Amino acid sequence: MTMAMERLGAPSPRPRSGGAPVVVLCGCLVLLSAAGVLAGVGGVPDRGLLLTSRLPRVLAAILTGAGLAVAGLIMQSLARNRFVEPMMAGTGQAAGLGILLATIAAPGASIMLKGLAGALAAFAGTAAFLFLVRRLPPSEPFLVPLLGIVYGGVLAAVATAIAWNADLMQFLETWFSGEMSGILAGRYELLWANAALLAASVFIADRLTILSLGRDAAEGLGVSFAAMLAAGLGLVCVIAAVTVVTVGIIPFVGLVVPAMASRLIGDNVRTVMPVVALGGAVLVLASDTLGRFIRFPYEVPVGTVLGVVGAFVFLAIILTRRG
Amino acid sequence: MIEIEAVSCSIRGASILSDVSLSLGAGGVTALVGPNGAGKSTLLSMMARLRRPDRGTITVAGHDVAATRPRVLARHLAVMPQDAALPGRLTVAELVGFGRFPHHRGRPGPADRVAVEEAITAFGLVGFEGRFLETLSGGQRQLARAAMAFAQGTPVVLLDEPLNNLDIVHARQLMARLRLMADEAGRTVVVVLHDINHAGAWADRIVAMRGGRIVAAAPTDEVMDEAVLERVYGVPVRIASADGERIALHFR
Repeated sequence: MTMAMERLGAPSPRPRSGGAPVVVLCGCLVLLSAAGVLAGVGGVPDRGLLLTSRLPRVLAAILTGAGLAVAGLIMQSLARNRFVEPMMAGTGQAAGLGILLATIAAPGASIMLKGLAGALAAFAGTAAFLFLVRRLPPSEPFLVPLLGIVYGGVLAAVATAIAWNADLMQFLETWFSGEMSGILAGRYELLWANAALLAASVFIADRLTILSLGRDAAEGLGVSFAAMLAAGLGLVCVIAAVTVVTVGIIPFVGLVVPAMASRLIGDNVRTVMPVVALGGAVLVLASDTLGRFIRFPYEVPVGTVLGVVGAFVFLAIILTRRG
Repeated sequence: MIEIEAVSCSIRGASILSDVSLSLGAGGVTALVGPNGAGKSTLLSMMARLRRPDRGTITVAGHDVAATRPRVLARHLAVMPQDAALPGRLTVAELVGFGRFPHHRGRPGPADRVAVEEAITAFGLVGFEGRFLETLSGGQRQLARAAMAFAQGTPVVLLDEPLNNLDIVHARQLMARLRLMADEAGRTVVVVLHDINHAGAWADRIVAMRGGRIVAAAPTDEVMDEAVLERVYGVPVRIASADGERIALHFR
């Protein structure tokens, strides 16, 4: 694990304070928000367009990005592996499956209820994943993401088979591919749950770092491994389910942002968490804004943009390690 | 300080510890020695409540380890488990600081900062506080982990094979610090050791185990004896004396 982390790049030997990155990221966030609010189809918006469409979309991108990045950080602490994130390891797919089953069972259910069903399914799916991960040899950290991809693929296939039979394929598409053009006032507010969950995750930040010292060391400090696992899983799964039901699956954010923040700041969850949250918000907002303008007036879904952007960032991380 | 009463444990039918009883007084360094599979690490992890015995009770500093809440016990007993993979980008000061977590639960105060500074000084890590763990040598990392256990400020400190993979310089350095921990800070130190001669050189008492039973539990000089060590390790061992120190010759 340690060796794998060292392979991630040529990091600084000493930690830097989180202050400078936080200021830079806040600046980026303000600029991107201004661009996202002011520009677009219809030009500079009037009050109605601003409040019903432009502002909700920018807020949705920020809440989604911050939530997914922090969920990635939490999941990496729980799995003690840098290469997992909820949307690539079955959590998002399990949430989608839960939402699908809820839709079949109660077609008229509110988005809140569907989100709850998604969160429960995500909890079961992710707990099963972490159970499987513990059987893998710790000397092979790259087996974990491989297992995650296969596991997520199996869950997605099951969901697809069910959706096909129930004639709900177009719904499944909206949950499985992250897309923000449908975000309007009244249809994104569930995402504010992410803000509350981020605040809650600050309270377990120290315990997450302690967990990363190993199970025995954590128990020796009076931190219950089982209780922390349940709390961390709960946070990750609600964030994932809320995101899947409102925006859809957005890959890479939970992987790329914590990896870069670790290289920049370090592995102390408490100090790195603000940078991770802001970095996720900036990455998703930038990708969504790029997707809106790259073939204006048409849109490219944010999940697609992130697939490309994320691949380049990941390549950059791998290549800079030689430099 | 540590009372072990009739502790037994088996894993999948194989007996690991059978009816072990032991009483260790306060203070000093106690070495747990024995061949591989003797049960010494298992016994230590049971004292540290990381494992539950099938039968028997263990009391540390007046607390039944099975019945005491973990966060309460963490203020009476610190444990340094066998080497684990640590996150590389945590600083020495951050790592040692987490030793104070049972006391401050997330909000370190002035007393915690003093304890961290003392631990860093006691383990010779001054100047390394701001360094990431991944930039340290294996020996320095072990010292930092031991400093973390020391910073926890508990009367009892348990260490499971802290000398694993250490060269002679770092092994000696670490043992000397453990000695100081007992002599100057008045801690009760129990340490699992692989090498009988480290135990002979540094410990006050040796508890020697074989096949899940205690063969000898006595002052160091009594255990550093040819007949006793032959019973512990099952091979002939000669004892040589140099400058008043007993050295076990077990190499050939």
